[in-house]
Amino acid sequence: MSQTLFDKLWNAHIVRPETPDAPALIYVDLHLIHEVTSPQAFTELAERGLKVRRPDRTVATMDHSTPTWPADLQGQRRYASEQAWEQVRTLLDNCDEHGITVHDWDSPNRGIVHVMGPELGLSRPGMTIVCGDSHTSTHGAFGALAFGIGTSEVGHVLATQCLLQRKPGKMRVTVDGRLGAGVSAKDLVLHVIGRIGVDAGTGHVIEFAGSAIRALDMEGRMTVCNMAIEAGARAGLIAPDQTTVDWLRGRAHCPQGEDFEQAASQWLQLKTDPGAHFDREFRFDAEEVAPTITYGTHPGMVVGVDQAVPASIDAAGRRAMDYMQVTPGQSLLGRKVDVVFVGSCTNARLGDLRAAAEIMRGRQVADGVRMLVVPGSEQVRKAAEAEGLDQVFLAAGAQWREPGCSMCIAMNGDQVGPGQTAVSTSNRNFEGRQGPGSRTFLASPATAAACAVKGCITDPRHIDGPPEVRIHFPAPRQMEARQ
Amino acid sequence: MTPFKRLNSTTVVLTERNIDTDQIVPARFLTTTNRRGLGQAAFADWRFDKHGQVREDCPLNARQAETSEVLVAGENFGCGSSREHAVWALLQFGFRVVISSRIADIFRANALRNGLLAIEVDADTHAWLLDNPGAGVTVDVVQARLRLPDGRDIEFELDPFARTCLIEGVDALGYLLGQEQAIAGFEQGAREAA
Ligand code: SF4
Repeated sequence: MSQTLFDKLWNAHIVRPETPDAPALIYVDLHLIHEVTSPQAFTELAERGLKVRRPDRTVATMDHSTPTWPADLQGQRRYASEQAWEQVRTLLDNCDEHGITVHDWDSPNRGIVHVMGPELGLSRPGMTIVCGDSHTSTHGAFGALAFGIGTSEVGHVLATQCLLQRKPGKMRVTVDGRLGAGVSAKDLVLHVIGRIGVDAGTGHVIEFAGSAIRALDMEGRMTVCNMAIEAGARAGLIAPDQTTVDWLRGRAHCPQGEDFEQAASQWLQLKTDPGAHFDREFRFDAEEVAPTITYGTHPGMVVGVDQAVPASIDAAGRRAMDYMQVTPGQSLLGRKVDVVFVGSCTNARLGDLRAAAEIMRGRQVADGVRMLVVPGSEQVRKAAEAEGLDQVFLAAGAQWREPGCSMCIAMNGDQVGPGQTAVSTSNRNFEGRQGPGSRTFLASPATAAACAVKGCITDPRHIDGPPEVRIHFPAPRQMEARQ
Repeated sequence: MTPFKRLNSTTVVLTERNIDTDQIVPARFLTTTNRRGLGQAAFADWRFDKHGQVREDCPLNARQAETSEVLVAGENFGCGSSREHAVWALLQFGFRVVISSRIADIFRANALRNGLLAIEVDADTHAWLLDNPGAGVTVDVVQARLRLPDGRDIEFELDPFARTCLIEGVDALGYLLGQEQAIAGFEQGAREAA
């Protein structure tokens, strides 16, 4: 019978099949951990006298509560609190005790878990990958089954390398056609979430397919899969192809030489069979995608940056717009911006920084705007510095920081002030996500950079155009009148 | 975990849709290394204003909420971050049951792993519950049934495995550890090449 890519990945990892009484036992090839969601799991192990079953399949990084300021002259780091430091230390102690590789301050590879894993070639096609972090869906870009888990399940994987799971449903999002100039993978995925909704993927794994997805580079594919969770999905997936293989060749944890070519030929077999069944299907045309931005308090409330936000909304929409101080029926262009954040596991890879730098080059961050650029990993930082991107940002008046989650989750002291407006390349615009009372507009790196330069919400395609003046006509009323 | 077979309780209602785990526990409470002390963090920015004053209009601050063990929430509850702290906080706040018309995957899994029963109900039942805050309901885990004060008796879906864990007050880790032979066998198979 025809199988989907997801079926194949699932079947290859069944230790015990699902029965009415018990979920399937699924084997985990790679377990990534970080300081925030692991300490209680290690405590659980200690209380039961258990060991980590496969330290060799476990890799740790520190990213969420770590400061992004460089160390001072004494080598000290500015932690946001005693507790934050305690959390990082706990991770280091736990890794030490259990023989787990940890990318700490001394590692040349430390980074946000979902940037670092792929970069090191730890995430490869055909694998199962989990992490106590919902954006683990990112690694699905390589044709791996990758999903986020809670801390109890982190404990399960540490102790047994397995998880109890019922098989999710299958969903496919096909995007054909070509993205327009100045339109990125981030715009594409925001557009899709806006159309299908933030809970469309609940209980499903989404496979992204179609010519527009094929045309994305690996960084773009990671951005798309990263946001699959924002459509509620368990995981996002893209079938491996030559782009995947070329990106992985030579990475530290990949097989090398002839072994690599052999592995690659197997990876290229991993795809959905023709005629395989999906429980839900959606299709989109890439040409319809504009630079896209959110206007509300979840990632499904999106609009083309040059379009007006919806005029007719329900109570929830109104509450969200009130919070965001957005007027129904009006365009966001010209809305004053206080903070711009280029970073996070969604958009802090080299290509993202290049896209932002291209806009910033020779321009200045507008007065009154604070801009933070936070590379996703040490490798990204070094590559960006080698190209002089740091100098572009610094010359423009932006801050160039060290890798970490930073303002995406605002746990490390980097945050947006109460009531402030931020344009961010991260993935969540929930109330208070970037700091209590913060207002977040999610967008691509190019749009974020354009907003920084202009000091207000700006269409990156028209950054040098005349000041954008829009005339608002009242919404047509004849429909109501006729009733 | 304490065994959980049945409870009678009034409900607290939050009508908002898409309540994400950042609302349930804001990130600033996540720099903890244990599971304790999170009851105060539950919905902190909904229960208190920016000066730390109690928000009288928040249903979680109503007197009745103190004894209520059932939270009814708008569609798609628990979306967003995988933080299990959200579940710990709700339990420590005093809830044992969450009811919505849709509950996000990771939150639901986390809830059941900790003895917090997350129930999805049909749109009509959901609408009724949203409209009737404080209603006295009975949740029967053994029968997987929810009884409303007007006599309606609704069956809800509950994974038999999760149900056993709830009723017996055991967690899944014990079961997993019992699978060692199968796991070792799997590892010795072709998978080790991966
Ligand atoms: S960058 Fe943001 S979304 Fe990504 S892992 Fe860090 S906190 Fe989570």
